[in-house]
Amino acid sequence: MTFLGMPPFPQAAREALGDTQLRRNLAHATATIRAKRAAVVAEVPEWEELRRAGAAIKDNTLRQLDRHLLRLERSLTDHGVTVHWARDAAEACDVVGRIARSHGVDEVVKVKSMATQEIGLNEALAAQGVTAWETDLAELVVQLGDDLPSHILVPAIHRNRAEIREIFLSKMEGTDPELSDEPAELAAAARRHLRQKFLSARMAVSGANFAVADTGTLVVVESEGNGRMCLTLPEILVSVVGIEKVVPTWADLDVFLQLLPRSSTGERMNPYTSTWSGVTPGDGPQEMHVVLLDNGRTRALADEIGRQALRCIRCSACLNVCPVYERTGGHAYGSVYPGPIGAILNPLLKGVGTDAQTDSLPYASSLCGACFDACPVRIDIPEVLVHLRSQVVDVRRGPRPHAEAVAMKAASWTLARSGRLRIAERVSAVFSRLGRRRLPGGRRAVTRLPWPGSLWTDARDLPAPPAESFRKWWRRDERS
Amino acid sequence: MKVALLVTCVNDALFPETGKSVVRLLRRLGVDVDFPDAQTCCGQPMVNTGYLDEAVPVVRTFAKAFDGYDAIVTPSGSCAGSVRHQHGIVARRGNDERLAAASSKVFELSEFLVDVLGVEDVGAYFPHRVTYHPTCHSLRMLRVGDRPLRLLRAVRGIDLVELPAADECCGFGGTFALKNTDTSVAMGADKARHVRETGAEVLVAGDNSCLMHIGGLLSRQRSGVKVMHLADVLAGTEGER
Repeated sequence: MTFLGMPPFPQAAREALGDTQLRRNLAHATATIRAKRAAVVAEVPEWEELRRAGAAIKDNTLRQLDRHLLRLERSLTDHGVTVHWARDAAEACDVVGRIARSHGVDEVVKVKSMATQEIGLNEALAAQGVTAWETDLAELVVQLGDDLPSHILVPAIHRNRAEIREIFLSKMEGTDPELSDEPAELAAAARRHLRQKFLSARMAVSGANFAVADTGTLVVVESEGNGRMCLTLPEILVSVVGIEKVVPTWADLDVFLQLLPRSSTGERMNPYTSTWSGVTPGDGPQEMHVVLLDNGRTRALADEIGRQALRCIRCSACLNVCPVYERTGGHAYGSVYPGPIGAILNPLLKGVGTDAQTDSLPYASSLCGACFDACPVRIDIPEVLVHLRSQVVDVRRGPRPHAEAVAMKAASWTLARSGRLRIAERVSAVFSRLGRRRLPGGRRAVTRLPWPGSLWTDARDLPAPPAESFRKWWRRDERS
Repeated sequence: MKVALLVTCVNDALFPETGKSVVRLLRRLGVDVDFPDAQTCCGQPMVNTGYLDEAVPVVRTFAKAFDGYDAIVTPSGSCAGSVRHQHGIVARRGNDERLAAASSKVFELSEFLVDVLGVEDVGAYFPHRVTYHPTCHSLRMLRVGDRPLRLLRAVRGIDLVELPAADECCGFGGTFALKNTDTSVAMGADKARHVRETGAEVLVAGDNSCLMHIGGLLSRQRSGVKVMHLADVLAGTEGER
């Protein structure tokens, strides 16, 4: 789920911020998709009601998740699907690998799927001698470039078309050396490459956007048609589905199929929606498996405030509106789930206190709240971020507190009594003549402080403290 | 109606003029505002950094200081948001529901002026080219909407120009400005660029903490743009400046 060896967010972000091409690609791509989303959301007068409905369906389902999952298992089994339960990534990868090996398959085609990225399926299959081909165009770019995804919906958002052309020329066999960087030509080149894979692969691996419990229907929502090819051409289909993807009835899809495309691609309707309910004799894959994946979801479910993150339908709206994501890109989050949702989902799935990288994620936000406003299922991401920060702090409490904890304790002690604050302000007034710079208007400013003040003054001037606090002025002038 | 001023720790210690502006403005509008001397801080720095145990004594002091008042006015969207939406969290942690007693009584300055007092023209005069940055917590936590802009539009002499990408965060974010200083500055640099693009002499906002960040960058760039709290603009009248 997380990329190995990633430094905590602040360090990873620092490097990303210095990447001029990345900054430009992201600013352009997120601005475009933000504008598209805003336009199609504004068309729907009942958008707020839809958001509330989406959140309510998910919450009600999560409240009785065990019941809905057993119902899903029964429906799937009734329709000839083999259901597997996977506690974690290793179990899930093992199931998929065993199915491939039992059929002597050494090549599988893949539908774009976050769950399989999360469990590192491609790498696990490769270790067992099975090659997994990503067939989504952007996933293909990432795979060929030996790169990591940086966005949930558009994993190659950090690449521009010139970079994609270079990747195709050097990594995609049989690419015409005359290939230009026109998007249509790039897509055509990828299509020629992928067509062979679709026609030769005997096994496909997918995820699912939704799993309908009462009909045993899996749903894949996509834009390119590659998913449809994977879901219909091979003989064997294995779908890895997070347990939070279940919805009780077919009617519930109505809400989500309106919320999802408008929030993710900024379209009224997505180009391809594939639904299948088990095996149809003589048509499509004749052997189907569904791997129901936990991998930390029950841990997240146990968190009363954090569990709302399991409503997520992986639309990426929160990434596209996030001012932090727009500047740092997805790799800085060190996970296949980047951006605001990644900053809460990773610590919820893994638990805080396991590694410094995960613990840094809840702090990778200015708490501006743009993500909550954009979320189609009303996940209050800032609320969960603050909640997770308190978990990070609590898990680190111990006999030898670090510098930040000492500073917070000192601040808490000072602010617990106004008399103590008054003394602190009297001390700070001593420094009111500090600083030679004048701010517009004439006030003195400090331009350089020792650490930790340098964290501020390295880039920002700081107004010098006033000679008299408000409190002191009030006592002198106003109290009568 | 007994009205208390929550001046906020940042204004008390660093921007006392803003507190004085609120007092002057409210008195001009006939409100006898009091400053409960026992107040310190709303606890937001601790809560937002994850230090809930440390927030409990601070919020307890807060609740006691403002006990007995009908309304609490504050020149900070962020602190108003903290009192309204986070004191409940601290109350749960401290196992004392009285800690959240102030939540329903707090008003950000523009809310108090427009919703409680019902005024938009406060009789201010400010003959300068001004642009306004809506701070995130006033915009998305409190939903103050265009109240601050309605107040500014009624100011005589003002040349109010629109800020591009106004509703995008400036990157301050409390301890975010120190813990993720590079990202914070990258966001602030874009905000400062947008401010400069307007040709405004003065950037106005409803939170001095955000203004300290944007203003710190604008000063480092020698942009010549001054930052001012909304209260400081609204308090000024003809003949004073």
